[in-house]
Amino acid sequence: MTQSTQADPSAVAEASRARGEVGKRSLLAKIGAQNLILLGAIVLLSVLLSVLNPSFLLPANLITIGTAVTISGLLAVVQTVVMIMGGIDLTVGSVAGLASVVSAMVFTATNSTLGVLTAILIGALCGLINAIVIVIGRVPPMIATLAGLTAFKGVSQLISDGRAQGYTGADPLFRALARGSFLGIPTLVWVLIVTSVALHVLLRYTKIGRNIYAVGGNDRAARLSGIDINRYIIGVFVVSGMVAAVAGLLITARTGSGQPVSGSEGLEFQAITAAALGGVALRGGKGSIGGCILAVVLLGILLNGMTLLGVNPFWQNLAQGVLLVVAVVVQQSRSGERRVGLPK
Amino acid sequence: MTDPVNDTDGSPSGGLIAEGLDKGFPGVQALKDVNIWFPYGKVTALMGENGAGKSTLLKILSGDYQPDAGVVRIDDEPVHFDGPMDSRKAGLRVVAQEPEIVPFVSVAENLFLGALPGTVIVKRDELHAAATKAIEEFGFSRMLSADMLGIDLSPAQRQLVEILRCLIDDPKILCFDEPTSSLSDSETDVLFALIARLCKEGKAIGYVSHRMREIFQIADRVTVLRDGKLIGTVQVAQSSTEEIVRMMVGRDLTHMHDRNRGEIGEPVLELKDVTTEDVRGISFTVHAGEIVALAGLVGAGRSELAMAVSGDVPLVSGTISVSGKDVRFGSPKDSIKSGIGLAPEERKADALVMVRSVKENLSLAVLDRLTQWGFIKQSAEVTLVGGYIETMRIRTPDMERPIENLSGGNQQKVVLARWLAKQTKVLILDEPTRGVDVGAKAEIYHIIDELAAAGIAILVISSELPEVLGLADRIVVMQNGEVTGELSHHEATEERVLALAMASELAIPEGRNS
Repeated sequence: MTQSTQADPSAVAEASRARGEVGKRSLLAKIGAQNLILLGAIVLLSVLLSVLNPSFLLPANLITIGTAVTISGLLAVVQTVVMIMGGIDLTVGSVAGLASVVSAMVFTATNSTLGVLTAILIGALCGLINAIVIVIGRVPPMIATLAGLTAFKGVSQLISDGRAQGYTGADPLFRALARGSFLGIPTLVWVLIVTSVALHVLLRYTKIGRNIYAVGGNDRAARLSGIDINRYIIGVFVVSGMVAAVAGLLITARTGSGQPVSGSEGLEFQAITAAALGGVALRGGKGSIGGCILAVVLLGILLNGMTLLGVNPFWQNLAQGVLLVVAVVVQQSRSGERRVGLPK
Repeated sequence: MTDPVNDTDGSPSGGLIAEGLDKGFPGVQALKDVNIWFPYGKVTALMGENGAGKSTLLKILSGDYQPDAGVVRIDDEPVHFDGPMDSRKAGLRVVAQEPEIVPFVSVAENLFLGALPGTVIVKRDELHAAATKAIEEFGFSRMLSADMLGIDLSPAQRQLVEILRCLIDDPKILCFDEPTSSLSDSETDVLFALIARLCKEGKAIGYVSHRMREIFQIADRVTVLRDGKLIGTVQVAQSSTEEIVRMMVGRDLTHMHDRNRGEIGEPVLELKDVTTEDVRGISFTVHAGEIVALAGLVGAGRSELAMAVSGDVPLVSGTISVSGKDVRFGSPKDSIKSGIGLAPEERKADALVMVRSVKENLSLAVLDRLTQWGFIKQSAEVTLVGGYIETMRIRTPDMERPIENLSGGNQQKVVLARWLAKQTKVLILDEPTRGVDVGAKAEIYHIIDELAAAGIAILVISSELPEVLGLADRIVVMQNGEVTGELSHHEATEERVLALAMASELAIPEGRNS
């Protein structure tokens, strides 16, 4: 064996080549293959639908799609953050329902501003409870939030006696949320846009975002590098609860009353579907808000198109399910995992 | 180099023969043109340092890995294993060192897993009887009973279950992978009696162990591997500990180290009577600019000590001080704050976020410095990371590349760069060159030397003796969670370090009760 401390010339050449390319990346790598596939699917579907039914491209229909995806879209983007951190939050639908009821009840008793603030506070509290069960109780997020899903739903049914609460349709704040618009775009959609941009900036450009990816990618490595992982788990679940509460407020605004269950039931699964379709790694550490938004738009167009074409609505559930499985199969086959045992 | 040693048994025939085995992994050639022979009626020991290729060889025999080249023969017929079942059908069993035991079922069910009696409904009485019979037949009845639950078994009992699992199949060839590492002396005696009996029955036995005393107790032949290559085979009766140790350690890597360092400075890291769940009463000091190596066998408690010093596990008693100040660590964050950095042994599991980029992995511990109002200053980060890629010759096409695409050596350089960027006062390197190819090894040694020259206090944990001897100014040797001795660079030889690492095995045990 011959060995010297001198690096061989080819290695030096390779290293200097590396220096030249440092910082540069192809456009394709930046957008990501999964996002390109989603974008392609959106374009293809839009072309197909506008040929089959010209009213698809009318501004009124585009606004319909926008408002239809807002609530599930909000839950999907925040679910993406939770899943990037390696967790999952099944309580988002129930928290939205609870926030919806609470906002309407507090509004009835006091005023709408207090109703909104209380609802968001309740959302944060639900997130905190989830996080405490996970961090201190050492319960896996899937189980902890499955328990929360049922428990929080129970709370909203208890306080509302299972009935819709209050009438918010006449209140200016709730009316503005439900029917107002700015620059031709409905306020509802603005809520989704602002939340998404904020979460995108958080994940992409801040230390907090970078550490969320690190905790999701390898929590042990993150801890041994000095990251207080419990703080991140608590923070992310609290934010998830707050965004879910905002979604609940929008339910109240749109329906004109606080809805304990209807309007929010099953939303958590739509959120996870969109997040997974948007390319979030199911083991954490990978994913983006951009991908999630593309998935939300794709699902919105698909459902809207099927409605426009008069397809039996039962097909819509089937289509969503098939789309999710296809997306995850594609994602897994690219991950290079050994085809043995239960996939992780 | 050692003298070429020839097998005095003549040309191999019968039993298990492997010829010209090659096996490579990304960045490492684990086996190169290796020939082995496990003849019937003999115990052939397989020895070598950590990373010599023993485990890879066993995994090829068990069918877990497929060799890149070479052939395995049983009874002179070539065999090909696509998976573990093929290997078993050919009459070969490898006793796993860390067996898979199903926790909430009985020992009996664990023994007959995959071959439970009965077609649909398990015949429990039959199962229990068969298990009890097996336990008695192989002499384990004092240590194991058929109705114990998997989860209640001690490590020793788990090992016995695994051994029984293999024996039940009545294989012609049986390989053990450090079977005694979890066994007490009396259990070891039972196992050795069993091995002697199996040998007498004409089975071929392969036996991997680090323990020299065991080899002289039960082996007939010893085959030594080093760096994935066959060094030779000797008859135990005609050999000596010295000869085998010499074959194992070699002297090839010593000139990879260039020792031109500055002055050794003030004490930086001081441990006094540090005791955790795994180690007891550890005291030593590392000075600025000094490289101290922690030597010892696998399981001596060195990595556990490193985890305690880096704040991952709490101390039971004792004190750690950094630059004269006593410190208490509630978590790794505190340890890092006081100036300690750890490059852990399990790089992929404990240090790297494999799905993220080279850049994000490198800057992980220094984001505070690169952040303003919570936002990462992108250009400052690119400059910092680019600088380390250049100075440490990290070979990557670009810094946005996922770190999982890099070779082991380059991954390790990223971990080192992470702590350099953090400007730690103390750097703990746990097996810094594990899974790193020889070329990158030399570069990593060079970096470690430079860091010491720059005044960092360095603690290296290594199971490779040439590495320990080449790098360290001082060597602290551990065994069974305690320090057994300290050697200066000048005093240290492979033989002396090994003697301390196996102190209680060579000398009379000091009646240590844990």
